[in-house]
Amino acid sequence: MRGATRAKFAAGAIVIALAATACSSSGSSSSGSSGSNTSGVVSAWWGDPQNPLIPTDTNEVNGGAVLNMIFTGLKGYDPKTGQPFNAMASSITTTDQQNFTITLKSGWTFSDGTPVTASSYVDAWNYGSYLPNKQNNTDPFFTSIQGYTDVHPASGTPKVKTMSGLKVVNATTFTVALTHKFSTWPDTLGYSAFYPLPQAFFSNPTAWLAKPVGNGPYVINSWTKSQQMQLRPNPTYAGTNKAQNGGINLKVYTDPNAAYADLQSGNLDVDNGLPNSALKTVSSDLNGRYINQPAGIIQTISFPMYQAAWNTANAKLVRQGISMAIDRPTITKQIFNNSRTPASDWTSPVLGAAGGYQSGICGDACTYNPTKAKQLITQGGGLPGGQLTISYNADGPHKEWVDAVCNSINNAMGNTTACVGKPVGTFADFRNQVTNKTETSAFRTGWQMDYPLIQDFLQPLYYTNAASNDSHYSNPQFDGLVDQANAQGDTTKAIGDFQSAEKLLATDLPAIPLWYQNGTAGWSSKVSNVTLDPFSVPVYTNITVNK
Amino acid sequence: MGRYVIRRLLQMIPVFIGTTFIIFAMVHALGDPVNALFGDKAPDPAVAAQIRASLHLNDPLWRQYLEYMKGIFTGDLGKTFSGEEVTALLKSAYPTTLKLAAVAFTIEVVAGIGLGVLSGLRRGKSADTGVMVLTLVVIAIPVFVIGYVLQYLFGVKWGIVNATVGYGAPISDLILPGFVLASVSLAYVARLTRTTVAENSKADYVRTATAKGLPRRRVITHHLLRNSLIPVITFLGTDLGALMGGALVTERIFNIQGVGYWLYQGIVRQNSPTVVGFVTVLVVVYLLANLFVDLLYAVLDPRIRYA
Amino acid sequence: MPDHQPNKPVGVPDDSNTELSSAFAETPTLGAMGAQSLLDEEDLSHAAHESAESVAVTDREVPRSLWQDAWRELRRNPVFLISGVLIVFLVLVAIFPSLFTSVDPLSCDLSKSQLGPTSGHPFGYDTQGCDVYARTIYGARASITVGVFATAGAALLGTLMGGLAGFFGGWFDAVISRIADIFFGIPILLGGLVFLSVIPSQSIWVVVGFIVVLGWPQIARIARGAVITAKQQDYVTAARALGAGNSRLMLRHILPNALAPIIVVATIALGTYISLEATLSYLGVGLKPPTVSWGIDISGAADTFRNAPHMLLFPAGALCITILAFIMLGDAVRDALDPKLR
Repeated sequence: MRGATRAKFAAGAIVIALAATACSSSGSSSSGSSGSNTSGVVSAWWGDPQNPLIPTDTNEVNGGAVLNMIFTGLKGYDPKTGQPFNAMASSITTTDQQNFTITLKSGWTFSDGTPVTASSYVDAWNYGSYLPNKQNNTDPFFTSIQGYTDVHPASGTPKVKTMSGLKVVNATTFTVALTHKFSTWPDTLGYSAFYPLPQAFFSNPTAWLAKPVGNGPYVINSWTKSQQMQLRPNPTYAGTNKAQNGGINLKVYTDPNAAYADLQSGNLDVDNGLPNSALKTVSSDLNGRYINQPAGIIQTISFPMYQAAWNTANAKLVRQGISMAIDRPTITKQIFNNSRTPASDWTSPVLGAAGGYQSGICGDACTYNPTKAKQLITQGGGLPGGQLTISYNADGPHKEWVDAVCNSINNAMGNTTACVGKPVGTFADFRNQVTNKTETSAFRTGWQMDYPLIQDFLQPLYYTNAASNDSHYSNPQFDGLVDQANAQGDTTKAIGDFQSAEKLLATDLPAIPLWYQNGTAGWSSKVSNVTLDPFSVPVYTNITVNK
Repeated sequence: MGRYVIRRLLQMIPVFIGTTFIIFAMVHALGDPVNALFGDKAPDPAVAAQIRASLHLNDPLWRQYLEYMKGIFTGDLGKTFSGEEVTALLKSAYPTTLKLAAVAFTIEVVAGIGLGVLSGLRRGKSADTGVMVLTLVVIAIPVFVIGYVLQYLFGVKWGIVNATVGYGAPISDLILPGFVLASVSLAYVARLTRTTVAENSKADYVRTATAKGLPRRRVITHHLLRNSLIPVITFLGTDLGALMGGALVTERIFNIQGVGYWLYQGIVRQNSPTVVGFVTVLVVVYLLANLFVDLLYAVLDPRIRYA
Repeated sequence: MPDHQPNKPVGVPDDSNTELSSAFAETPTLGAMGAQSLLDEEDLSHAAHESAESVAVTDREVPRSLWQDAWRELRRNPVFLISGVLIVFLVLVAIFPSLFTSVDPLSCDLSKSQLGPTSGHPFGYDTQGCDVYARTIYGARASITVGVFATAGAALLGTLMGGLAGFFGGWFDAVISRIADIFFGIPILLGGLVFLSVIPSQSIWVVVGFIVVLGWPQIARIARGAVITAKQQDYVTAARALGAGNSRLMLRHILPNALAPIIVVATIALGTYISLEATLSYLGVGLKPPTVSWGIDISGAADTFRNAPHMLLFPAGALCITILAFIMLGDAVRDALDPKLR
């Protein structure tokens, strides 16, 4: 679910799932204990998906939310703890961390009645990887499968349509050969790109796309593009997380303020797109029907390491100084009403200590110290170019915090124009500047995890030439430690290696951590048991409608 | 008359081409839309190249524009990135916006002319001053402020109407957004009506009618209003098209998925088929509305003849 | 009576009339366009039946120019006096903001975020903890700069294009009028979103330039109509007969008599351009920090007005008063320049 942040921009200023700290009013506890109306329908906030609803073509939260409702993959992630568990897989085994045998549970069908088989997965993955299908969410999910470069050459047309690393053994078994050792690979299989596709998709993609059919807890009942989607429980669903309500109506909103107005006036039941401006009063507006809990999202400021001025030993001091000039606790309190937690590493608390989260890795550099900050920046020769700009996309909810960060830096520097926010009109334009390496000063970056693994917070972002390495940081030592971690059969050792790699980030500071983002949601008095999973998406199946 | 209409229609062609080309070039100048499809990660170069090729993005601007114009004449306005036909979007968005514009228009006509007549007949009195100050204030406050405040008061705090427009855009939900959309035009209609009514009330024919002993009500409705409303009606005629193009802000505040919604989405996602398609229709509506108003004007005022 | 239509016999093809409404306001948020069409319609409405009377008026009057008349009228008009004083005051604030506050509008203390008015900070603090009073004072400069320079630019360009089109007529007129139509056909907010997203610069002049580009056709239409009217006046024919060249005719005889309606429309447009800046900021494409403007502050405060109404109230109030002052000035000038209303 890359680019959680971006999706919203794309969806037009729909505010990103906010976030924050822990004082959650734990959603599930509240009212409605008298029982629930199992045929009641819940209306929920949504944004228009940007791309067609194909699992391998969807990389933003709005499309992802629907895919998660209408599909169940090999693995699932516990909505409370984020721990991976076998969903459709009955077992995933390996002896060498590189060749895996996947066995499916039997008895699963798509909602059109056709069975889910090993081919449903293999065909879907081959479809996604096949270059002429122009799927945009395959890197890095399929790149590690053997034969990927044959169906997806860097240029020209592919010679074959299927990857040699995928072999169907029988209706419920297939094997996967990877190009390198990747011990935690099975745990990545809960991500939406790995979902299976029914035969109906391959025979008539256009018809399927108008009303996608999957194997998840819900089926799409009707879909009026750009307005709303009605989902109803899947009567033939074979999984354990059956819908506790009579269905979900997803309503498309352009402006988060409009959704919040609807929520307050009872026209919307679940709103996980709360605007920042609502956070101050949301708890009292809704009589406590508000949840604010950590999610696997971290916000950072990255630097263009490809610019000579930012890639010197002195610039490292400057970056350190900038980081120390940011008063994270005050900003998260005043701007975000504690829906963010000041960050002190490059991962997320939702991983848990066992999963590799370790607070304080960033050390002093992430502790507010304006005096030291100014001293370091001066010592490093001042801000490159004389002024720091923080670039962000104006169609997202970033202006307030960027201005606050700049004010904090300005106050530390004693200069009201040392740092200014630099809005870029659209997300698309912003991404062009980042990917075309035309940034000359700092820019905002955010990361929402695809799966709850420390690997996902480090490798895609800081490995040399990785897909989301926006600062173009390159450190052979870091790369080596990540490779070593991926090859480890033992999870604890692997995490130890990842943490060693993360410590290099603390010295090099290609990006400075700002805060961990929480998931927030408010709900109407009509519904109960509203919770958010570690991806900050509501657990729709568990929502109940009060009698 | 016929020749005049034909000449006007012919003159629309260069305007139409010019406007669509400017919009096309401007959206094109926003830059490459492909990177954004990949979210917060660098695009896979091979996939990006395929997508660019399928969108003709590697062609020079003029050729892309020609491709597009060729499409228009075959009824193909292109697709959004999520694979929807722009023509389908037009079909779903325009009726909604038209409905909103119609509600706004009704409010504008009834309230605007009503206030204007009231104020024009009592020029200098307190009712007149009140209306004039009120209209000035409405003109001076940005629309989005009016929208948010009214939405909060009527939709959230007092719960009199729905805070946003529900599925299918029922008329009852459109009254508040319609009022917000109409507010500025309403103020102009009121001021325009006031001016013409005040002027014409001093005109000879009104004096004559009054002198003949006609009742005041009849003088106002049959003589005064009939003549005063000609400029108002022509203003209203062009404003109908303007309301549709100006609904961007109102539609956003009240969550209406109309023309403004898609224009905004198109720009944010840098999808030129969406933007150009919607603007094209707006431009056509605008040009036709202007022609209609000019003709209507001739009908209402027999002193004007078009050749 | 320069803002009137040419008086032509009924039934004769009248180009100025037929083209008149071909370029109309496209968005209700752009008040000036409405105001301008309002003017046109008024003109049209009495164009014909006024003709006799207007001739009579010109005959009777002592040769005193329209401008002297208007000035005499204005001096006695309380609306003009009030708006004039307000505008002088606002311009003073815009030029010398430091006379009115000693607080730096960019110096902010986040711990005071959204706090209400306190002593020494009569307007309270905004979300960033900046002083709202200081920002309101300093915001005047950007907002008024946008208004004044965008209007000046649009008026100059519009008068030039419209004037030349009206003076020369023919194919030249047709081309200019079609170009004006093209820019009129682009909805202004949409144009703003695209145009201002394309230009990466954060300068205030980009916003000014954009407004000029989309605003000039409005003035051009008025100028064209006025020049056509003036061109047909007897004194122009006389001057031409006496051998005056084109440039002399234009500058000495036509322009002074065509200026009145342009000034009227421009004054009203000024107010709406200031408002437009706020709406563009709301859409995220207006002025950019560290520029301080009312538009930026209003758009930032619009969705928090429940928690911190003072954040919206003061900049919006300042904007409102400024626009009011300019529209009232425009109204007063129009009344003064339109003898019909005396």
